[in-house]
Amino acid sequence: LNFRRAVFSADSKYIFCVSGDFVKVYSTVTEECVHILHGHRNLVTGIQLNPNNHLQLYSSSLDGTIKLWDYIDGILIKTFTVGCKLHALFTVAQAEDSVFAIVNKEKPDIFQLVSVKLPKSSSQEVEAKELSFVLDYINQSPKCIAFGNEGVYVAAVREFYLSVYFFKKKTTSRFTLSSSRNKKHAKNNFTCVACHPTEDCIASGHMDGKIRLWRNFYDDKKYTYTCLHWHHDMVMDLAFSVTGTSLLSGGRESVLVEWRDATEKNKEFLPRLGATIEHISVSPAGDLFCTSHSDNKIIIIHRNLEASAVIQGLVKDRSIFTGLMIDPRTKALVLNGKPGHLQFYSLQSDKQLYNLDIIQQEYINDYGLIQIELTKAAFGCFGNWLATVEQRQEKETELELQMKLWMYNKKTQGFILNTKINMPHEDCITALCFCNAEKSEQPTLVTASKDGYFKVWILTDDSDIYKKAVGWTCDFVGSYHKYQATNCCFSEDGSLLAVSFEEIVTIWDSITWELKCTFCQRAGKIRHLCFGRLTCSKYLLGATENGILCCWNLLSCALEWNAKLNVRVMEPDPNSENIAAISQSSVGSDLFVFKPSEPRPLYIQKGISREEVQWGVFVPRDVPESFTSEAYQWLNRSQFYFLTKSQSLLTFSTKSPEEKLTPTSKQLLAEESLPTTPFYFILGKHRQLQDEKLNETLENELVQLPLTENIPAVSELLHTPAHVLPSAAFLCSMFVNSLLLSKETKSAKEIPEDVDMEEEKESEDSDEENDFIEKVQDTNNTGLGEDIIHQLSKSEEKELRKFRKIDYSWIAAL
Amino acid sequence: MAGYKPVAIQTYPILGEKITQDTLYWNNYKTPVQIKEFGAVSKVDFSPQPPYNYAVTASSRIHIYGRYSQEPIKTFSRFKDTAYCATFRQDGRLLVAGSEDGGVQLFDISGRAPLRQFEGHTKAVHTVDFTADKYHVVSGADDYTVKLWDIPNSKEILTFKEHSDYVRCGCASKLNPDLFITGSYDHTVKMFDARTNTSVLSVEHGQPVESVLLFPSGGLLVSAGGRYVKVWDMLKGGQLLVSLKNHHKTVTCLCLSSSGQRLLSGSLDRKVKVYSTTAYKVVHSFDYAASILSLALAHEDETIVVGMTNGILSVKHRKSEAKKESLPRRRRPAYRTFIKGKNYMKQRDDILINRPAKKHLELYDRDLKHFRISKALDRVLDPTCTIKTPEITVSIIKELNRRGVLANALAGRDEKEISHVLNFLIRHLSQPRFAPVLINAAEIIIDIYLPVIGQSPVVDKKFLLLQGLVEKEIDYQRELLETLGMMDMLFATMRRKEGTSVLEHTSDGFPENKKIES
Repeated sequence: LNFRRAVFSADSKYIFCVSGDFVKVYSTVTEECVHILHGHRNLVTGIQLNPNNHLQLYSSSLDGTIKLWDYIDGILIKTFTVGCKLHALFTVAQAEDSVFAIVNKEKPDIFQLVSVKLPKSSSQEVEAKELSFVLDYINQSPKCIAFGNEGVYVAAVREFYLSVYFFKKKTTSRFTLSSSRNKKHAKNNFTCVACHPTEDCIASGHMDGKIRLWRNFYDDKKYTYTCLHWHHDMVMDLAFSVTGTSLLSGGRESVLVEWRDATEKNKEFLPRLGATIEHISVSPAGDLFCTSHSDNKIIIIHRNLEASAVIQGLVKDRSIFTGLMIDPRTKALVLNGKPGHLQFYSLQSDKQLYNLDIIQQEYINDYGLIQIELTKAAFGCFGNWLATVEQRQEKETELELQMKLWMYNKKTQGFILNTKINMPHEDCITALCFCNAEKSEQPTLVTASKDGYFKVWILTDDSDIYKKAVGWTCDFVGSYHKYQATNCCFSEDGSLLAVSFEEIVTIWDSITWELKCTFCQRAGKIRHLCFGRLTCSKYLLGATENGILCCWNLLSCALEWNAKLNVRVMEPDPNSENIAAISQSSVGSDLFVFKPSEPRPLYIQKGISREEVQWGVFVPRDVPESFTSEAYQWLNRSQFYFLTKSQSLLTFSTKSPEEKLTPTSKQLLAEESLPTTPFYFILGKHRQLQDEKLNETLENELVQLPLTENIPAVSELLHTPAHVLPSAAFLCSMFVNSLLLSKETKSAKEIPEDVDMEEEKESEDSDEENDFIEKVQDTNNTGLGEDIIHQLSKSEEKELRKFRKIDYSWIAAL
Repeated sequence: MAGYKPVAIQTYPILGEKITQDTLYWNNYKTPVQIKEFGAVSKVDFSPQPPYNYAVTASSRIHIYGRYSQEPIKTFSRFKDTAYCATFRQDGRLLVAGSEDGGVQLFDISGRAPLRQFEGHTKAVHTVDFTADKYHVVSGADDYTVKLWDIPNSKEILTFKEHSDYVRCGCASKLNPDLFITGSYDHTVKMFDARTNTSVLSVEHGQPVESVLLFPSGGLLVSAGGRYVKVWDMLKGGQLLVSLKNHHKTVTCLCLSSSGQRLLSGSLDRKVKVYSTTAYKVVHSFDYAASILSLALAHEDETIVVGMTNGILSVKHRKSEAKKESLPRRRRPAYRTFIKGKNYMKQRDDILINRPAKKHLELYDRDLKHFRISKALDRVLDPTCTIKTPEITVSIIKELNRRGVLANALAGRDEKEISHVLNFLIRHLSQPRFAPVLINAAEIIIDIYLPVIGQSPVVDKKFLLLQGLVEKEIDYQRELLETLGMMDMLFATMRRKEGTSVLEHTSDGFPENKKIES
């Protein structure tokens, strides 16, 4: 919502803002979204009211079109095709049949302001190729362009220059800040510009927080300027009120400043707007202002500086520490919101439900300050409890850590702080999980920390004869040889707790808190850990940093299978046995959906996103859908959402309901299922997997295999932590035997195996090609990679099993 | 728009006793008056009628004290041997007492010689009481018998020989003239009915019973013996309701508060504990100098009298509450001004505009809101604040640090102001809960004022003091670590599967906390 300045309708009843590929129309009174104007095929870059007809709206987009809309009915009236990327759009009342746009000329960094003549024609699609050049060498942002005094001149700023172009004289005058080059004023670049609506006055905002008012700029020599200085950081946007009596400015401090009569003394403030002010705009009627903020919010403000309405989208934070969660009560998506807040965002209605203030401290918006970060959060007991962890680390040794437990209050329908624990651990908390078993009589929370301990917190009755109170206290502290605890996870019935300590997974009985058994795979630190669910509850899955996904059987305490997969995100589906894993490779991220009981994935989608995927979550569907095709059955009960590094929230869905009926066109598209906000990008089309790439990766892995094969037994022994090894005497013969064995297998088996594999690969490849030919009409190439993965895991498994049998037999004996 | 959020003041659990309405109530007594008796005070009994005199049985005498007198108003000393259990009748006019030689004597409060003497017991009579009809006396003796006497003709009416050991305590029901209860060293408490010749109820306490008490309603019975206090439900046929084990020596006496809401028990461990009679939890406890033998509460809990083994009688009077009234009351605005405009009825076309509720901000919050950081720090460094609520000062320092302006706030102070800061640091630097914040502040101060050191002897002295403190703390931490190492060694050699023993770390080693200059 904050990509460009919002625009008010002439009667101030509506406000328009760009939102990704769409233009959204909001009511200024009720904050409701009235219309969404669909049509552009790329990012919308500018919107302006039609100066000739106040019920129409122009919008420009990167797809090179300008569209004219009727915003009351939400109808597209006309499309003007310009043919080059438009970066901003301006309209001027005097130039009736043309609009101004910023376009990009050949070189990537040079932008021009051009006027586009809009031909009058009754047809829907019109070509508008008639561009006339106005200004060169300008900034890309529309904030740096302003039309002044009823379109007599246009002012543009870039770096240290202010250029003014007079339409009548057709001349440009350029003003340079003379002091710009000496060190003392190193930071007075221009950031934005605004023009007085009636007088000849230009206001420009600067990096160092100053606002300069330029007058008398008709003359290159005699121009004057005055300075207004209140902001201590960069001025983000400026706007004159309709009559021009006051100037509004905003910046990082998130304070809206109103300068009356352009003097230093008469200023008024509206503080604590929540986040950096990105844009300010004024309604044509003059009664409302609005500010767009960096946290994806628009605040509508009355003339008397009173905020009257807030339109809030999904808050984009710099980094999502908490991950994606689902509030079990509202089914809302929960993640970091504003600094120190947790936002509850309804996916169904694409609306923020509410913000929970976790840190409850005044937010000082200053560059370079280390803020308290909300790092972890977890819901427990069907949404009755919420645990949050906040930390602030200034130096290596100074860590402030606080854990808060919030109870859901039915009366107020919100969370209320119940317990505050200072320094629950000596070091950062790495994982937090509630025991969600249905029969558990006592809510239990486990925290794992880098200080090598995991702590079990339980809810205890604190009440005495005077008051009733419940609070959380520490029940048990566990550690395993001072390794850092990295992950923790409860089994579905709450009877077992798995805690990973770097490379080792330990299983604890949740009633007596006794160590039951340990798994050690020495395949790198455990990054993710989760139990299987429902029928697969006897399996425990762990993904390591070295790119191995392991599945242990808890009944036999042995490794069931493993696969080479660089897992970034692993998320179990709460409604089924399925587990989704997103792996990261150099090309992009791939999604695998599988059941823990079998190593063969149910479903594979290659290349879901080019960027790194950071978090994922399954959102239960309200109404289960029924996809008959096997590949999509995992989507029946829940939907999978994931968040990439660039803060795009994406989801999976099958294409559209009517196509769903015909079985032939079961083409899976990662398609937007929601009304959009800027972060819902359309995930494109299937990418054809290129055979070369596949082969490359295959070769790589083939090379790797012999390497790991070389000395598996030796390295197994050497890398297994000493404390889990039996006595040396016992091991000695086994060790020697294993050495002998490995030699034998190597000489005897390895070469044929490799050959086998290659042959198989080739046959696979040809198979795939055949497939391609067969499925050309369907353009369905799902399931391409799965065989290969399977193949790899199989061959690997063979090797690993061989030695595991030897090495872990004694564990079973213990 | 969210308003200004006040600084979060770190709260710390209050150590020691929690302040509840009970502690307030039971602490609201004056310092005790000590009266020396001739021997161990075995019984204290308040007269149920005004002026609420009380009878104290010690050695071979019974003293009657007035409410505020420290000298006995009256003394009964016609005992050949030790007297026991002087008890008032319900109308406060007769007093009965047992004695070591087996006699039971009845006195008139105004007279001196006994009115009646009941002879029949062969051994010491430790318990006597009037029945509810005022005309009978119950007595229990070391000859294992319980006897019921008629006062008018001083005859023995009944004898119960059901106990198999000394009968040491008893009490009569206040509602039914025929019922009374005795507790004996044979571990039982028995309820007798004068109409049936036998006990109607018997409960097993488990220890020699030292004291019994009936609730005024008669439904609950409390017995004390050994370390236990047990409550029995009489209406359910003597079912054990609750067993309290809060003393660590024998409980000797029981008493109910006048409201019936609290039960008091005194013990040889020199403590009196107050229980709530709804939850049966200890709500308060008093300490005394010697083992307690007897305990009594006056009407409306006005006085607590405790008799001890060393013969000292401790009398505590409730503080008078009328004191606060004496303050001259400032004249407040009339009631009319408060309701002004409040009772205005809304007309049809009126639009109601609520004035936003003004949030109260502390003074330091107000300063912080306006970014007057030095002033905010000055405010919390005020001695009244630093002594009473050091956590506020520390929280403000922490907040300033979070805002990145702590150095600015600490800079530019003169001798007096800097010594305020240093005083605070010296006082609280070594407390583990404040240490991380204050060490940081101390480092900043040293950085700032290093160039001007040596200009003021006062400040120099403070710095030296701080240095000594830090050195001491480092030594202390080192010692602690050594101890910890030793203990680790011990635990390792024991090799028992006793789980992890939680060792008390105090604040972990101060970082090599600056070399203090000068």
